[in-house]
Amino acid sequence: MHSRIQHRFSELRTARRAGLITFLTAGDPTPAATVPCMHALVRGGADLIELGIPFSDPMADGPIIQRASERALAAGMTLKKVLETVVEFRRDDRVTPVVLMGYLNPVEHWGYESFAEAAHEAGVDGVLLVDLPPEEGDELRQACLARGLDQVLLIAPNSTDERMASVCRAATGFVYYVSVKGVTGGKAVDTTEVKAKVAKLRMLTELPVGVGFGVRTPEQAAQIAGVCDAVIVGSALVEIVEKAGGDTARAATHLQQFVAGLRAAVGAAAAA
Amino acid sequence: MPDEMGHFGPYGGRFVAETLIAPLAELEAAYTRYLQDSEFVAEFDRDLKYYVGRPSPLYHAERWSRELGGAQVYLKREDLNHTGAHKINNTIGQALLARRMGKQRVIAETGAGQHGVASATVAARFGMQCRVYMGADDIKRQSINVFRMKLLGAEVVPVTSGSRTLKDALNEALRDWVTNVDDTFYIIGTVAGPHPYPAMVRDFQSVIGREARAQCLEQTGRLPDMLVACVGGGSNAMGLFYPFIDDQGVALVGVEAAGDGIATGRHSAPLSAGTPGVLHGNRTYLMQDGDGQIIETHSISAGLDYPGVGPEHAWLKDCGRATYAAVTDDEALAAFHTLTRVEGIIPALESSHALAHAAKLAPTMRRDQIMVVSLSGRGDKDIATVAAREGITL
Repeated sequence: MHSRIQHRFSELRTARRAGLITFLTAGDPTPAATVPCMHALVRGGADLIELGIPFSDPMADGPIIQRASERALAAGMTLKKVLETVVEFRRDDRVTPVVLMGYLNPVEHWGYESFAEAAHEAGVDGVLLVDLPPEEGDELRQACLARGLDQVLLIAPNSTDERMASVCRAATGFVYYVSVKGVTGGKAVDTTEVKAKVAKLRMLTELPVGVGFGVRTPEQAAQIAGVCDAVIVGSALVEIVEKAGGDTARAATHLQQFVAGLRAAVGAAAAA
Repeated sequence: MPDEMGHFGPYGGRFVAETLIAPLAELEAAYTRYLQDSEFVAEFDRDLKYYVGRPSPLYHAERWSRELGGAQVYLKREDLNHTGAHKINNTIGQALLARRMGKQRVIAETGAGQHGVASATVAARFGMQCRVYMGADDIKRQSINVFRMKLLGAEVVPVTSGSRTLKDALNEALRDWVTNVDDTFYIIGTVAGPHPYPAMVRDFQSVIGREARAQCLEQTGRLPDMLVACVGGGSNAMGLFYPFIDDQGVALVGVEAAGDGIATGRHSAPLSAGTPGVLHGNRTYLMQDGDGQIIETHSISAGLDYPGVGPEHAWLKDCGRATYAAVTDDEALAAFHTLTRVEGIIPALESSHALAHAAKLAPTMRRDQIMVVSLSGRGDKDIATVAAREGITL
């Protein structure tokens, strides 16, 4: 069975271009705002959506995504409602892959088996839990894989060669290379360093490599697109939602415009 | 305990973002190596003796014991350490490690400010750059400690995210560490966090229990019947308990902060009223809601105002080796006054929780029984809090 994620990356390979992965925090600023914003991302040209599960203690996130999490939780967002959001999104979009991104505790509190079942039923394609490294994640991985949910894993700039190999063996869907040491939305990415690391990853895995953290502008996106399979943009989009101040139509319009600019830049760069 | 992955039964572990995997492995390797290194151990012991002032006395609180009318209560006087609490034992150990690892910058989180002061102190002594993250609300509650840290040359960064207390300071310190991993050593102040911190902090703090064990044997000719210590993250308790773990005749009792009372929901007692989950790099008991979100905690004592607890305590609770109770703000305050008036010792509000529970248990024991209570810190820092609570303007 081909997952939506696999299917999307094989389409990108045929089209000989890098993909654009876009992140939003679910429920920011309200649960109702998210589905229209997700559709706007797709209209702008997003190839895959990462949907953030809000958490009270987002340790790996910078201030922009922290604030998004706080707004979402204040508006009553829960993991269950995140899945309801995906169900609603899937009524109009059966092709765009959706990966849930967040922290382990809400998933652990739900229970691995029943969460994986519910996520699969909702139309989720993959799960990325920032604070769940592969050596602690075997039980959840089994629960996810049994239902065709990919488990996306992170590689960092300071991951050793041995470590990269073991993470690549455990990952499915794609590998997420964190391009800077830091939190989301922090330092700017260094393309030369990314290029060298992605080249190493290519020797270790057949999986597509996405690159994120520190990609904010179309120019940066174009540079990164030249050296990997997909560019991941998060904080810059969450900032657009924040600036729209609760006006969902405005947030959606601005997201679509900004994503279209990113997509044009990514499309212009030849796939690595 | 723990196993090589840092697990205490189902608890502990290393639940962190990928960027922290390499520095934690580096720290574990250094710690494992230097723990066996006689020169490192000798330097640590020397600093504990001449800089901290150890051994701290084991003091027989005779007058208080008589009033309680039961067990003989002995106080392990960590309040007499340099900087006024047990926290310095651990920060010395970690700073010595940081120096050997070539890290010039240290960061720390703090709640009551005791760990922040202890970190700023060792940074000053070793000539290291120091930044302390502290919840904005805690900065207001503990202004004297904030000033002490600044005098010592540390930069104190107010944390305004989340509940603006200790857990948020920990989040912010982790964000700093992930951003500056190459030159920065993160001095965690309690027996929590990702492996190897819970085991490492316990080992540095277990000087408390080793001394107490030897002192009790020397003064009374036998081991105590019970140990009592307060538990926030749980480092003074773990340090006291650990050398007695195999002494099955010694009861281990941890005391959490019940705040306004467990039934009100306004407390900081995850072992008494929480459920297991994952936060700050380890699996342990947490205060959380039905969606797995961490909920706000409350305690009169900033040092106990934390929604998690060290994973080894979670394990000791589950396997029954230790028991855990909780006492309210009011009970802790009463014990604060009692010890001050009866023994002439002003205890920290954190330690007052242990004292309050000791006062409940001692009368149920025989007069020839021995209870050791960890007096983890002195109360000078809390005088403004106590005065304000009692409507007194200083």
